[in-house]
Amino acid sequence: MSLAKVTQVKGLALAVPGDDIDTDRIIPARFLRCVTFDGLGEHAFRDERTGPDGLERPHPMNSAQAARIAAAKQGVMVVGFNFGCGSSREHAPQSLWRFGFTAFVGGSFAEIFFGNSTTLGVPCLTLSKDDLAECDAFVRANPEVEVTVDVQNLVVTAGAKSWKASIAASARDGLINGKWDPIADLLEGAPAVDQTAGTLAYVVGK
Amino acid sequence: MAKTLFQKVWEAHTVRQLPNGQTQLFIGTHLIHEVTSPQAFGMLRDLGLKVKYPQRTFATVDHIVPTNELKEPYSDPIAQEMIEALRKNTKDFGIRFFDTNTGTQGIVHMVGPEQGITQPGTTIACGDSHTATHGAFGAIAFGIGTTQVRDVLATQTLALSALKVRRIEVNGQLSPGVYAKDVILHIIRVLGVNGGIGYAYEYAGTTFDGFSLEERMTVCNMSIEGGARCGYVNPDQKTFDYIKGKPYAPKAADWDAAVARWASFASDAGCRYDDVVQFNAAEIRPTVTWGITPGQAIFIDEKMPALESLNAADRATAEDAYKHMKLAPDTAIKGTKVDVCFLGSCTNGRISDLREVAKYLKGRKVSPNVKAIVVPGSQLTAIQAVHEGLDKIYIEAGFEWRGAGCSMCLAMNPDKLVGDQLCASSSNRNFKGRQGSQTGRTILMSPLMVAAAAITGQVTDAREVFTV
Repeated sequence: MSLAKVTQVKGLALAVPGDDIDTDRIIPARFLRCVTFDGLGEHAFRDERTGPDGLERPHPMNSAQAARIAAAKQGVMVVGFNFGCGSSREHAPQSLWRFGFTAFVGGSFAEIFFGNSTTLGVPCLTLSKDDLAECDAFVRANPEVEVTVDVQNLVVTAGAKSWKASIAASARDGLINGKWDPIADLLEGAPAVDQTAGTLAYVVGK
Repeated sequence: MAKTLFQKVWEAHTVRQLPNGQTQLFIGTHLIHEVTSPQAFGMLRDLGLKVKYPQRTFATVDHIVPTNELKEPYSDPIAQEMIEALRKNTKDFGIRFFDTNTGTQGIVHMVGPEQGITQPGTTIACGDSHTATHGAFGAIAFGIGTTQVRDVLATQTLALSALKVRRIEVNGQLSPGVYAKDVILHIIRVLGVNGGIGYAYEYAGTTFDGFSLEERMTVCNMSIEGGARCGYVNPDQKTFDYIKGKPYAPKAADWDAAVARWASFASDAGCRYDDVVQFNAAEIRPTVTWGITPGQAIFIDEKMPALESLNAADRATAEDAYKHMKLAPDTAIKGTKVDVCFLGSCTNGRISDLREVAKYLKGRKVSPNVKAIVVPGSQLTAIQAVHEGLDKIYIEAGFEWRGAGCSMCLAMNPDKLVGDQLCASSSNRNFKGRQGSQTGRTILMSPLMVAAAAITGQVTDAREVFTV
């Protein structure tokens, strides 16, 4: 299986502020009543974007900037700390990715969300607290400026500004080498898997 | 060299190092349900792959099951489609399915332990963040995404990086009316909802030693709410006694060898931890959440925090929380009117929870202003409760007695809050909109605190309502 090498992601950026944004907020549970991920993009942040009266609420995802990212199917979401906490639902990164986001930049990410994003080829890069505040302010003030998320060199650049970024070494390695979906490597290990299975009493039925 | 349980289980299940530096880890037990597996089977079919070890995957249906409508087809056609998809997938690939007509269906984190599938020293993965529940048995158990469900189906392995281990010691005796739920809510309050990122939590100390397996499950269950993907308690005699005689427990000649093996996985004396934190059980009081994250919690007799007492980041989340919850900073939470009471979930829907509450509920009545439902987590739990006559106690008190499932913990079935109803809930998440209404409000608490709220119609200290 040949996958694209994700060395850098370039696109317009949208700041979605707040810490501890959970995956129920990103995609409410009622949209998990499905057997495919199709169509999840339009429901990303649904209950933050639409009030109980059915009317649009002020939310970054309702902005013209979000619409431009959705049209380009490419863009960067700038988030806070512990983004994607809570439920393991892959529907959360799937919905944001299908909406058009192809990279996340934030203070920190919940582990399962991070893994689910990486497996889609969508990098989650972390900035220091101060740099994140500056990056967040910059993208709000300069919505027309493209942001470059450089996974290879671990830097986020916007216009004349740049910030040092980090990501788990294994995730970076997978992204830049086009091996972000591990299935090929895992299948290749099959003989060794059988060997390990044979050493585990509960697996062999004891 | 002295090792932690985490290290020993990790080493025993390591297949090889992957080129990116991660470990290819063998997943001995894979649990699946209807919500996070259909797309994984779809990917498997698209890639033309088979399930590598079908006998090591176990399925049940829990999230979408209606609890007041036992006949199919369900009134929600999508729920019907999802259960049928799981029936087809498990049949096509030869996977054991604990279906609704077997008397063994239930929340996936209850079915594993009830069947004796959950065992010490094993690796357990499931497309569900509450998989750490199984850590109560000394397993390394964690939630995964749907693409990873595909990985486990196809290869029985995952690409993972090892976690650090934080030992959380709680010592001493809990006061009457204080439960395992209060312990974990307190731990999360102190360590934060993101304090566990990168860690497995090892729960230890005399308080956990004294806990039953069901109490240990309540604690391990909410590890993810503290940011830790995985949490465990070292196995002991109580663990072995719980497993003995269960359908999938080792039998006859294999039993003694299994117990010796399981015991050998416990963390060694003198092993090194990446971090150690300690709590005194006697200082923990009944705990309730006031906000929209499980870490926004206080003891029932405390005031909710004043905004100026919080740092800038916590303050922003707190402002959002107070607005959503329609509560005021620096006031008491006690006395807040409740509309709905939910007793159930993979956190607190087990037989010991139902027994404990029933003990105090006899002769009491649910407030006429409250809708109270009790949802046993599994069919086996429901059957046992009925056998003990617990259902009658709940029904006489004014609770609705329901069928098994996840129900109002996340409201993927018809059990939902309406409008801005406030729910006193024994579940695990108070996120905005979690219980099915985007303006709905959730206060997390122990089962007995839920019962106290049901009777008084308000958030109450259970110790003042019942003689504990």
